[in-house]
Amino acid sequence: MLVPQLINGLTQGSLYALIAIGFVIIFGTMNLVTFAHGEVYMAGAFVGAFAMSLWHLPWFVALVMGMAAAWVLGFLIEKVAFRPLRTAGHMPPLLITIGLSIILKDLAVVLFGAENRPVPSIYEQTVRLAGVQVSVLQLVILGLAGTLFLVLRLVIQGTKIGRAMRATAQDHEAASAMGVNVNRVFSIAFALASCLGGAAGVMIGIYYNAVYPTMGGTAGLKGFAACIFGGLTSIPGAILGGIIIGVVENLTVQFLASGYRDVVAFLVMVIVLVLRPQGLLGRKLKTV
Amino acid sequence: MPLYDFVPRRDNWYVWLPVLAALLLFPLLVRSEYILSIAVYAGIYIILTSSLNITNGYTGLFSFGHAAFYGIGAYTAAILATRLGLSFWLTLPLAGVVAGIFGAAIALPTLRLTGIFLALVTIGFQEITFLVTLNWIGLTRGPMGIPAIPPPAIGGVALSGNLGYYYLILALDVIVLGLLSRIVTSRVGRAFVAIREDELAAQSAGIPTFRMKILSFVIATFFAGIAGAFFAHHARFVSADSFRLDETFAILTMLIVGGMGSLVGPVLGAVLLVVLPEASRFLAEYRGVVYGLILIGVILFRPEGLAGVPGIIQARGALSRVDKPSGAGEPVG
Repeated sequence: MLVPQLINGLTQGSLYALIAIGFVIIFGTMNLVTFAHGEVYMAGAFVGAFAMSLWHLPWFVALVMGMAAAWVLGFLIEKVAFRPLRTAGHMPPLLITIGLSIILKDLAVVLFGAENRPVPSIYEQTVRLAGVQVSVLQLVILGLAGTLFLVLRLVIQGTKIGRAMRATAQDHEAASAMGVNVNRVFSIAFALASCLGGAAGVMIGIYYNAVYPTMGGTAGLKGFAACIFGGLTSIPGAILGGIIIGVVENLTVQFLASGYRDVVAFLVMVIVLVLRPQGLLGRKLKTV
Repeated sequence: MPLYDFVPRRDNWYVWLPVLAALLLFPLLVRSEYILSIAVYAGIYIILTSSLNITNGYTGLFSFGHAAFYGIGAYTAAILATRLGLSFWLTLPLAGVVAGIFGAAIALPTLRLTGIFLALVTIGFQEITFLVTLNWIGLTRGPMGIPAIPPPAIGGVALSGNLGYYYLILALDVIVLGLLSRIVTSRVGRAFVAIREDELAAQSAGIPTFRMKILSFVIATFFAGIAGAFFAHHARFVSADSFRLDETFAILTMLIVGGMGSLVGPVLGAVLLVVLPEASRFLAEYRGVVYGLILIGVILFRPEGLAGVPGIIQARGALSRVDKPSGAGEPVG
């Protein structure tokens, strides 16, 4: 019983990690926290679900559509919530994203209804790997998450925009003085972060065969917990945080009670913030 | 005198006395149970918003977990009233005390943190409280909620219509606002504001900042618990769903729209945002959208809200120091 739970945890954890990386990219480059990330994830999930159930498109097309929709939404959020308030400190953009998250959730309820929407299942067969039954879907999700982590690393380390992002993260004024278009970097970073959230949303929808308007709340907070665990500015830390939360959640279901599974992420969040605010792999933050 | 400086005193009775008189006479003009029930809800939110204002507005500590303390107060009252048969007059203060104890317990380890980190810890606490309420079936009956909470009785007569609740919440609001106005104009209130403006300077001036921050948290959560007890005895049913993060955000929106750091602001914000969605079916259906748009509009165009002290959310201190030129972000990757 232990190994299947570990694999479930790893699968869910890899999706939490995708959400968490979005927070890391946004906090890392702009030093700001968004609260609408969960709703971006929800929007991506709905686009993916519609693509599969209404338009009968294959799952990878749905995935690309969900990611594209999340990209556009993220781009717009950055324009509305973050662009006008760049120098206003943490709180005003955070509050604006709270407003956006309430609006998006409410609109989704009004437009699509509050109840679950079914998503068709794919890859229902299982395979035997080293003596353990694993569902093909889980392998697909793990492979996809791994691929996205890799692509992201290549983008950040190897491309021009990635270099501009790293430069902006270190010191946006110096980057600006060296000819980096900082506003463009912020837009792209936010859109990229949202796009990963959208990917997680589509995959969660497929994994649980359902999407619903309030799905973003808990998922966003869990992603944030993973991000804090890893230290807010570290992508490997966020991946590790996501996977640990996913695994511990499933062990909680196995050994304690299923009602308490969601407590894990929040306990991790509170304990890490109180004892080690810089997280596991993050750098010491001086002033926040 | 700007509106945010207004404090009811004996010498400015000509401002607050007519308002109070109008509120006392209000039910004589309006007999509709529906309108009175909206007024009662506005009264509950006035307490919630005004108490959140103590931490978020006066002391500059951003708590995002107010609904959890509201819920703890409501559940305390519900459990004491249904299991032990205590009357409203006992459950009301006890709910405040229990919520205040939780407030102190949360504040002690977390008040080293400031700004968004404090906000995040309180959100974590909020969610944990919700999940425990939902799962500790022996104490809270879990998802079934607690029904059949007895109504308050005055002189042996139980309240039945909203008219009685209207006068009860009006009296409670007057007492709470009276106490809060005494607190914020006292030495303690000035210490809160000093901590908000510059914690280091406050400390050098001899203010015991840590103790004051704890006190600020306890005051805010105590009154949230009081509001919870009233809610429990008014709705006569409590369930965990009433005290989720959405509720915290609603209270926070009211506070920001009304304006932080003043006595008048939270009252205006609570009344406006409780009444507005009731104005039309359309607004009621899109309640969240209305709240969200108003919140965003206020932050972008009038960050001090209707009657708040300017400059609190763009705050100085821990919230904005990171944006000074040298303090940009950390490397990604």
